[in-house]
Formats: sequence, C-alpha cells, structure tokens
Amino acid sequence: MLQKSSVIHEYLRAKKQFPNVWCPGCGIGIVMGSLVRAIDQLQLDRDNVTLVSGIGCSSRLPVYLDFNTLHTTHGRALAFATGVKFSKPGMNVIVITGDGDALAIGGNHFIHAARRNINITTILINNQIYGMTGGQFSPTTPSDCYGTTAPYGNKENHFDIPKLAMGAGASFVARGTVYHVTQLDKLIAEAIAKNGFSVVEAFSNCHTYFGRLNRQGDSVRMIEEMKKSVIPLKAAAKLPPEKLEGKMLTGVFCDVEREEYTDRYEALIASVREK
Amino acid sequence: MAPKIKLLQGNEAVVEGALLGGVRFFAGYPITPSTEVAEGMARRLPKCGGHFIQMEDEIGSIAAIIGASCAGAKSMTATSGPGFSLMQENIGFAFITETPCIIVNVQRGGPSTGLPTKVSQSDTMQARWGTHGDYVAIALAPQSVEETVHLTIKAINLAEEYRTPVIVLLDEVLGHMREKVTIPDEGEIEVFKRVKPDVPASWYKHFEITPSLKSPMASFGDGYRFHVTGLTHNEEGFPTADPKKIQAKLDKLRNKIMRYVDDICRVEHDGMEDAHVAVVSYGSVARATRQAVMMARQKRMKVGQIRPVTIWPTHDKLYKQLFDSKALEVIIVAELNMGQLITEIERVAPRNVKVVGLNRYDSELITPQQILDKIREVR
Repeated sequence: MLQKSSVIHEYLRAKKQFPNVWCPGCGIGIVMGSLVRAIDQLQLDRDNVTLVSGIGCSSRLPVYLDFNTLHTTHGRALAFATGVKFSKPGMNVIVITGDGDALAIGGNHFIHAARRNINITTILINNQIYGMTGGQFSPTTPSDCYGTTAPYGNKENHFDIPKLAMGAGASFVARGTVYHVTQLDKLIAEAIAKNGFSVVEAFSNCHTYFGRLNRQGDSVRMIEEMKKSVIPLKAAAKLPPEKLEGKMLTGVFCDVEREEYTDRYEALIASVREK
Repeated sequence: MAPKIKLLQGNEAVVEGALLGGVRFFAGYPITPSTEVAEGMARRLPKCGGHFIQMEDEIGSIAAIIGASCAGAKSMTATSGPGFSLMQENIGFAFITETPCIIVNVQRGGPSTGLPTKVSQSDTMQARWGTHGDYVAIALAPQSVEETVHLTIKAINLAEEYRTPVIVLLDEVLGHMREKVTIPDEGEIEVFKRVKPDVPASWYKHFEITPSLKSPMASFGDGYRFHVTGLTHNEEGFPTADPKKIQAKLDKLRNKIMRYVDDICRVEHDGMEDAHVAVVSYGSVARATRQAVMMARQKRMKVGQIRPVTIWPTHDKLYKQLFDSKALEVIIVAELNMGQLITEIERVAPRNVKVVGLNRYDSELITPQQILDKIREVR
C-alpha cells in the first residue's frame, strides 16, 4: 500500500492546492489512484498523455494530475478529446467523465465517438446521480430510486453503460467498481492499451446524495454493498438467470479488433498527399 | 509564374484562405448556406497533410477545433445561424481559455430555422454577444469573394496572435456568389506563426499576463503539461476564487484586444471630408452602398461611405474622427436586419448628427436604388 501511494505522489501536481473538491469517502479518488497506477504500469511518457473531462464531480479529476489536462464544458469532453486525438494521433487521450456528463448532455458524443472507433479511453465514473449540483437523478439512476428532482421516485429507465457502448461500436468495454480496486487498475490499463474506442465504467458511490436520498448509508456501507452485489462475468456465465437478479456484472464485456479511426485517416492522408 | 486566377464562390474562397493561412484542422457539420466550406476542406485538407472531421453536431465541431488548437493545430469550423447558436457555449470556452480558432458564419435569415437559403446580417450582434459572460470578440466581414480569401487569412493571423476565437461573418449571397479571384502566392501573404514559450516547463504559465498581454502558447505534447479549464483561472490555469485574480483575468480578455484596436480594426471610408450624408454598411450591402453613393455623387449630392471590415470590436476613436466634420448631418446605417450595427454607430456618433436605419429583413438584398432613395429622403 505504501508503495502504491508513492506512485500516486509522483503524478500529483505539486503546485495545485489540495484538498480536492470531493466529499470525504468519495469513490472518485479511488478511480484517480487506479488511473495513475494503470498509466504508471504502462510506462507512458506523461508529456504524451492528455486527460480531458467535462463538468461534474468526476470531471474535476484531471486538474490534480501532472499530465496535459483539459477541463471542458458539460457533456463535451469526448468532442474536445476527438480534436486532440485526431490532430495528434500519437497522443494517449483519456476522457474522465460521469454518468450525467457522458450519457445525458454528452450522450450524442458518446455514441458517435464509439461509432468512429477513435482511440480514446473513456473512464466513466458512474455514481448514479448528479453530485455537484446536489443530487438530481441521472440517466443511470435506477427506476424508482430517489433524487432531488425525483422526489417521488424516478419514473424513467436507466442506461446499461456496457450495452450502450457495445451497441454504439466501442472496441473495448469493461466495468469495475471502487471496491474491486486491483481489478479496476487492470481494466483501465487494458483499456488504455487498446487501439480503439474503449470504455471503463467505474462504479462509484455518492453517499452524500444517492446514499442519503436512497437510505443506502455512508461511504463504507455503500462500498461494502458493491462487494456483495457484484458477480464477475466469468462466474455469472455459469449461474442460472435467477441468481443474477439484482446483481451487477463486472469484468471485460467486449474486446474486439476493429480498424481504428485515426489509423484509417492517416492512411487516407498518405494515399492522397501531394508531393 | 502566372497568377492563379479562379472563378470561386465565397465559401470556396474561405477554403483557399484557410489553407493559405495555415489551417490544418477543420471540424464541421452540414448546414446551409455554409456547407461548401466543409466540402472543400474535406477534399483539400488530407492532400496537404491536414485533418477534416464531420462531427455529430455543431457543438462537437467547435469542441473538436478547440481541442485540436490546444494540440497545436490552426483550426477552423464553418456554420450558419442555428449552428452558430449551438456553438456559443464553447466559443465562450475558447475566449476564457484563450485558444485560437476560426468560426466562419455564413449568415442566413432567422430566428430559428428561419430562411436557410436567404441572405441576412442578423447575426451581427450574436457575433459580439453570443456567448454568456464578459469578453471582447473579433469579427471580420468581407464584401467580395476575393476579399474573403484575404480576410480569412487575416482572421487566422489575428486568432493566433491574440490567442482568441475570431469570427468571419459572411452572408448567403457572398457565400454562394461566384467572382473572379486571384489566389495569392504563399510568398505574397503574411502568415503569423503561433508564439511558443522558450522557458523551462517549471516557469511556464499558460495564461501569463505579460506586459504586452500577448502570451506564448505551448501545445499539448510540448512538455509543458499545463491545465486548461473553462473555470475562471489564475495565470497557471488553475481555478481561482481570488477576486484580484478573477478581475485580472477578465481585464486581460478585454485589454489584450482593445489595446491593439489600431492593428485589429480596419474601417474603409470614402468621401467623408465634405459629406452631408454618410452611409455605413458591411458585407453584401456595402456593394450596393458603393453603387448608390456613386449615383448620388453624379447627382451632385455630397455623400460619403463607411465600410467596417472589422465589425467587432468597434474602434470608437476611428469612427469619431470620421464623424468629426461640420458638414455631416445624417448617417444612414444600412443592414439586412432590424437594426443591429446601428446601435454601435449611434453610440459613437456626435449628438448633433442624426442616425437613421435602412433595414431589410424580407430575405432580399438592399438595392442601390433603395439606398439612393433613403439618401434623398434624409437630405
């Protein structure tokens, strides 16, 4: 653990004033740790890493890390990231986003980035609610759960992030949780290494709003609940459907080889370029 | 070498200017009447090693060009009214993050879907005040296809030098009209090269408030690892709640442009020395004005013409000098809207001079005869 902390310290921006914006006990910091360990494990040149985010609690993550960092407008991280990646295909571009940012206001960019199969890694931190604005329901808030804008329970359906990403054409799709940290490190590393559009749903806790409004307890209880409610995909394959009810599946949902967008465009440039 | 002469429409001239000015990244979304810009860029950019992408909407288009600019590319998008409206939030992001980029708006009638194939100048004010918050915008407006080539290059240079988005305001007529254009040689034009920092990474401030207010700009990948955010930030780029730093940032956004209005603003004028009546207009309307002014002078009327080439910012001093004539009685502001530019002219005009509008917003151009009639009416 001590060793793991020192890795993180190497990548933090010393100049940036801490503490961070997150509530004590928030899972986003755990995702930040996983991201740093994944990048460190892949030995990426940090000048050649750009983190792009939108708006929301999760999107505050890049400012703390010593990379090229771009904190953009609500929902648009993937569109900005597309500009960075497409103009500089050698850059490792990682988008940090949340469930509201990526799937509500940014839903269109999410499906189109996946459709293009552009080599961007999207870490989608899903805490099932809008935290920064104070607990409104999001596209991943389960039906009948409460939010400050769903005072009688949410009457909408929620997105299944892996299904959405796969349906839109992503090459690599995985889900982990902030309880299963070792697995999350590994999933993020695999996603970054993948040449194509990759999505890691990092399931996290917002005890401040989701937990309080839905009587799920504090940070510790919510994270412990992840341990109980999760079944790895491989184990799930051997179980009858009734045993999977109410459970969350984790692991790699999809890992396929598809031609990557910037590779195709660079080949196009090579074929039409004058002199 | 023989001069390269082409018959081009305004939208195609934007493409020529963009490539000459060094634009190597374009993101756009189809919209009438600007689509030919995207089509031209899609064809031409990969041939010179550049990148064209058709995004899923205009919001994504402006986002992508800002991202590409942060990564070092001179970048551009082109759109029309509804798309320009969609882009506004991210144009504000480009302002506060001081990221150079070019937005070409081929104006059509509005509001809303309005008149996709008809001429208008009803985005004059939106070009200045479109996004929320305080900032100063630069917008240029050509009157001919050939001038479109040169002003596109100028827009790129201004964006790069002052680290700001620059808007090129065309209109449907200019975008689609074909004229003879002499394409300048690369040696004949000036292209501003983005100023990069020459300090060690630990000294670099992406938003440094320098004495000249022009700050060098590193790109992602240059080794500077800076932070860019739409939150109001200090010189390092980190969010700040310090009132002094907030004010310093916003003052910089204004002053870095307003200190250089002599360089940025071009306003053409003719016959103002003894004019009783002045006609102010831009873009397509300036051509009709030229004709009307000539007709009026043949009839021995003393009429002057003023054509803002730089629509924004307004160079107050320059206008005040032009209007500083005992002979001047009336200023006519002719525009294809209900009266937008006129509010600026009223602001800078002397109190004893009457300012009247000649407005058309029925989808047709203002004719020289209409302007002549107006001159007669006000004399």
